[in-house]
Amino acid sequence: MRAPDLKVTRMRGLALLILLVALPAGVVVRAQDPLRIALVTPSSIRDLAWSQSIYTSLLELQEELGGESTLQFAYSEAMSSVSAASETIRGYAEDGYDLIIAHGTQYGTSIFDLAPEFPETSFAWGTATNTGEDQGINNVYAYLASAEEGGYVNGVLAGLMTKTNVIGAIGPIPAGDVRLYISGFTRGVKASNPDAEVLVVYVGSFSDIAAGTTNGRTLLAAGADVLTGTSQVVVGAIEAVRSAGGFWFSTQSDQGDVWPGTVVSSQVYNWVPMLRDMIERYREGEYGGIAYRLTLANDGLRIAFGTVDISSDMLVAAGNAVEEIIAGNIELSS
Amino acid sequence: MDERTLLDVLVAASALTLASAMPFLYSALGEVFSQLSGVFNLGVEGIMLMGAFSSIYVASDMGLNAGLAAGVVTGMLVGAFLGLVMSFVSVTMHADQGISGIGITLLGRGLSTTLFILLADGVLLVESFQPIAIPLLSQLPVLGEILFRQNIMVYGALLLVPVTAWILRRTTWGLQIRAVGQNPAAADAMGVDVVRVRYSAVILGGTMAGLAGASMPLALTNVFQVNMTAGVGFIAVAMVYFGGWSPWRVMLGSLLFSAAYNLQIWVQVLDVRIFGEAIPVNILLMMPYVLAIFVLIFARDMQRFRPQAMNKPFRRGD
Repeated sequence: MRAPDLKVTRMRGLALLILLVALPAGVVVRAQDPLRIALVTPSSIRDLAWSQSIYTSLLELQEELGGESTLQFAYSEAMSSVSAASETIRGYAEDGYDLIIAHGTQYGTSIFDLAPEFPETSFAWGTATNTGEDQGINNVYAYLASAEEGGYVNGVLAGLMTKTNVIGAIGPIPAGDVRLYISGFTRGVKASNPDAEVLVVYVGSFSDIAAGTTNGRTLLAAGADVLTGTSQVVVGAIEAVRSAGGFWFSTQSDQGDVWPGTVVSSQVYNWVPMLRDMIERYREGEYGGIAYRLTLANDGLRIAFGTVDISSDMLVAAGNAVEEIIAGNIELSS
Repeated sequence: MDERTLLDVLVAASALTLASAMPFLYSALGEVFSQLSGVFNLGVEGIMLMGAFSSIYVASDMGLNAGLAAGVVTGMLVGAFLGLVMSFVSVTMHADQGISGIGITLLGRGLSTTLFILLADGVLLVESFQPIAIPLLSQLPVLGEILFRQNIMVYGALLLVPVTAWILRRTTWGLQIRAVGQNPAAADAMGVDVVRVRYSAVILGGTMAGLAGASMPLALTNVFQVNMTAGVGFIAVAMVYFGGWSPWRVMLGSLLFSAAYNLQIWVQVLDVRIFGEAIPVNILLMMPYVLAIFVLIFARDMQRFRPQAMNKPFRRGD
């Protein structure tokens, strides 16, 4: 009888040990697979507005959760063509991304076409409130920013800031988020300065910044010394008001870094709490069915001040406006 | 606002009309050269985008900080290069001009976006050309404010109208351009180098499209943004049709389109109502485009000025 080969036995034992250790370790590695998010935006992620706000939030969340080992994200920006965006979203779904964010109302049809085909992929879209539950779809989230809230706070400040009592507001088209913001802004102005007039103009485009400049200059020619506006089309108008020595109130992203002496305050969309919640739900096997709303109360909206000197009275007025909105004492939804 | 007179409004709107017509003028006048030589260049939009990006990147202190003049020259050189590409594809390779132009537009759009993201990290600002008040003339009532307090690139665009008309009507090269656009075979038989003339006209058209692109950030917006031309290049091509390939009528079209846009802004600002009802914003925003379509319908007679060889590649012996 051959004596057992101790060397071979030891090797087998070592292999078994490695296997025993590796098996649970493998499970652990599996559990820590990074979550993969794909983002599709209608404009550049550096648009200083809508698209930049969610890109910045994703970066912040990635850092908070531990970097790329925990959260990976890919993005496709400046997807102004809805059909091209639709193909891109499909590509992300086929590549196995866990959560796909289509950051524009125009992508809704694509989302509802694809969601039933990829039931274990979570989709999100906004500005919207429809999650498709009435169609039996349960893997779509919708989201909406209550832009009127920060609009109101900006409006209160603008009303106190104007010397000419003429304030201008610029939007790309009269719809959705734009209408909410300008409506809230106008109410804020009226609350702090009933004598001030708010002139509202729409550019008719999200990308024609030259037209944004022309609209801004027209408002200045009409006597405005303070302007506000929403979307990426307003960058030319901000330059127009800066050149004229006036002031600007921002929304969506913090534009104070780029125009420090001009931007008084910015309503900043903070998508982090919403995205964090979506991720937690995904981990628990829940893929949709919630219509999120970003508000001042849930930290989805923040007010960021630039470096423009403003009086303590104005700061107090802004603080009071925020508190009153959070307390529900100011009705802005109608 | 209440004390503002109609004259105040018209003066302000007219002054802005000239400024906002500037990119249309540069690009459409360039397209006149190209189309009169027989090359229909739909790449204007893409060339403008590349002109806009390259010029502000060179001029801005967030880019190369080489100054406004260097920015303008860069925009023109980039435009000339893309004009050369268009010439090679459509004149030498005899490719379909419409498709080649769309290719140039897609190239310009994609490349300007990519370069903006890679080189500029998404923000490019510049202190643009400031208005220059022409002595004495700027003091004239009404006209002084409208015409003589513009920046140098607006003056340049307006001056290019008579210059273009003069080149096309009074110089040998201008006559050659029109000859190769009408009947390249006959021009060739007369000893005109059709290929050379078409190359020169399309490259000049590209240079002016690059200049049009440069004029947007350097003389109007102070800032670059992705796809900032927003269709100006395509409208400029339509202006050339509307203007019957005449620089003067092209200017008229550019001013009319810009005036319509600027006046509708004032209708919004002043909240003009009809029978007490506000005019829907979407209707107002459509007005310049509706006007353009109507003008094109009524300007169909202009087709008689159409270069007969436009869109037709030239091959000796065909």
